Amino acid sequence: MSFITEALWVLLLGSLLGLELIGKVPPTLHTPLMSGANAISGITMLAALTLIIKSNDNLPLLIIGSISLGFALFNVIGGFFVTDRMLGMFSRKSQKNKVNHK
Amino acid sequence: MNTFTILKFTIDLLAVLLLALGIKGLSKVRSARQANRLAAIAMGLAALGVLISSLGDVGISINAWLWIIVGTSVGGLLGFVIAKQVPMTAMPETVALFNGCGGMSSLLVAIAVAIFPLDSSQEVNFVNNFIEPISIAVSVFVGAITFSGSIVAMAKLQGWLSTPAWTQSKLRHLINISIGVVSFIAAFQIFANANSDGLWLLVVSSTLLGIGVTLPIGGADMPVVISLLNSYSGVAAAAAGFVIGSQLLIVAGAMVGAAGLILTNVMCKGMNRSLLSVLFGGSLGSSVSATKSPSEYSSITSCSTEECALTLEAAERVIFVPGYGLAVAQAQHTLREVSRVLEAGGIEVNYAIHPVAGRMPGHMNVLLAEADVPYEQLKEMDEINSEFPATDVVLVLGANDVVNPQAKNDPESPLYGMPVLNVQESKTVFVVKRSMSSGYSGIKNDLFELPNTSMVFGDAKKVLGDLLVELKELGVGRRG
Repeated sequence: MSFITEALWVLLLGSLLGLELIGKVPPTLHTPLMSGANAISGITMLAALTLIIKSNDNLPLLIIGSISLGFALFNVIGGFFVTDRMLGMFSRKSQKNKVNHK
Repeated sequence: MNTFTILKFTIDLLAVLLLALGIKGLSKVRSARQANRLAAIAMGLAALGVLISSLGDVGISINAWLWIIVGTSVGGLLGFVIAKQVPMTAMPETVALFNGCGGMSSLLVAIAVAIFPLDSSQEVNFVNNFIEPISIAVSVFVGAITFSGSIVAMAKLQGWLSTPAWTQSKLRHLINISIGVVSFIAAFQIFANANSDGLWLLVVSSTLLGIGVTLPIGGADMPVVISLLNSYSGVAAAAAGFVIGSQLLIVAGAMVGAAGLILTNVMCKGMNRSLLSVLFGGSLGSSVSATKSPSEYSSITSCSTEECALTLEAAERVIFVPGYGLAVAQAQHTLREVSRVLEAGGIEVNYAIHPVAGRMPGHMNVLLAEADVPYEQLKEMDEINSEFPATDVVLVLGANDVVNPQAKNDPESPLYGMPVLNVQESKTVFVVKRSMSSGYSGIKNDLFELPNTSMVFGDAKKVLGDLLVELKELGVGRRG
């Protein structure tokens, strides 16, 4: 039972922490915050990793794990880069920013 | 405890701390960018932690490494390319796509564990026989809803899917409730035996449920839905954490789930909508479209870009009200050019940003920042509403519902109570619009009929381009 009781505590405290973390958010940041939080939800890549490592070289598990890992990393890498791109536009305009303009 | 376990424990603690700081920092303008990087580092650390601890106990086979590298590089590369290539105007659908893939990932893990129970040599045997099937069911259910819901949201925002008429009838509640009941039955089958037909039934029914719930929701409410689905993908990740036996996953998933819920709520407040009415109210305004169709417009004044340019030339204070139409037309750079010319001519220019202008809260700010509009010129609604009476010209660019006076004057209007920009209080209003069609809400806009309003028909980019030419011909902003 020890994992379960611990895990339930962790779930409870994690949720409470999440509720407290965000208070007032300026509308400007709604989209970036959503996108950033979205990238973090790709943390399920850890589950995919564990699945592959513990697969005992069982091919179907390796394949499903790898696809799952791919989906998760798509979410994580894409999410962080796109958030960074959005936030970069808010930072004080520097000349090099103009290179991005079409 | 061996060295690897201690190392892994330290890394996990650090990762959780950085993730929490990251989410916190993302809600402040000044710290947002660093916070995003902090969270990215935390994710890297977390992955490293899993690899290190596995090396220390079961080891990682060559085959496992191979598949890890394949999955990581394909997914990561695709994500990177899309993140760099996608135009800023398509941001909401991009977030929806990423989010759906996160849900898919949790779904796949749960399915895999249900079919091939993991080698229970280490942590997994702590997972009690009762909790594992429950977490598998939750992970499948939430993961599939997140995936199908996000994909539908993306397709609707891209315009690949419209809102079918049947989804607006009460029938849809019945259908969704029946699918929900089927999901419950399937979940109970999984409690009995994880690798059963119930698993596939649950996959299918929750996928359908995600579609059934998202499809009826109108475009204007989509950001709220995406935010909610984002919260779901956190829940799916936490459930996957129970399945796989990872506390780090549970913490991070729970944090994102809860924070996403708060953000969803903040967004709803900005639109003066309740979450329940977004989810179950269907497309806004569909019920009234029969009585007040957009074709009922009378006394519309339309004018040419030339007249518009003449009025702008004589103005002292101008406010631009950008909306989704500006975003689709990709006209933010041309708008910036026009405002540069006006400013050079000594005219004061400001931008009024409605909290939900564009397709997502804050979307307009991102687009205008991309076009180098100074941050100080972007005024939020509460700040600028008092300035309209002292303004000579307001140029409404592809915005509709957010400038509809009905929201203030007509208690019967579905928009009633939504905070709007009081553009009609200024001397002259020009509305740049492609046609007389209605906005997201499908509601007639009384603004267009007011005597001080003139319509300039055309694509926002083309109109602004013409305006730029006219202004230059008039000699506005010419130095010396």
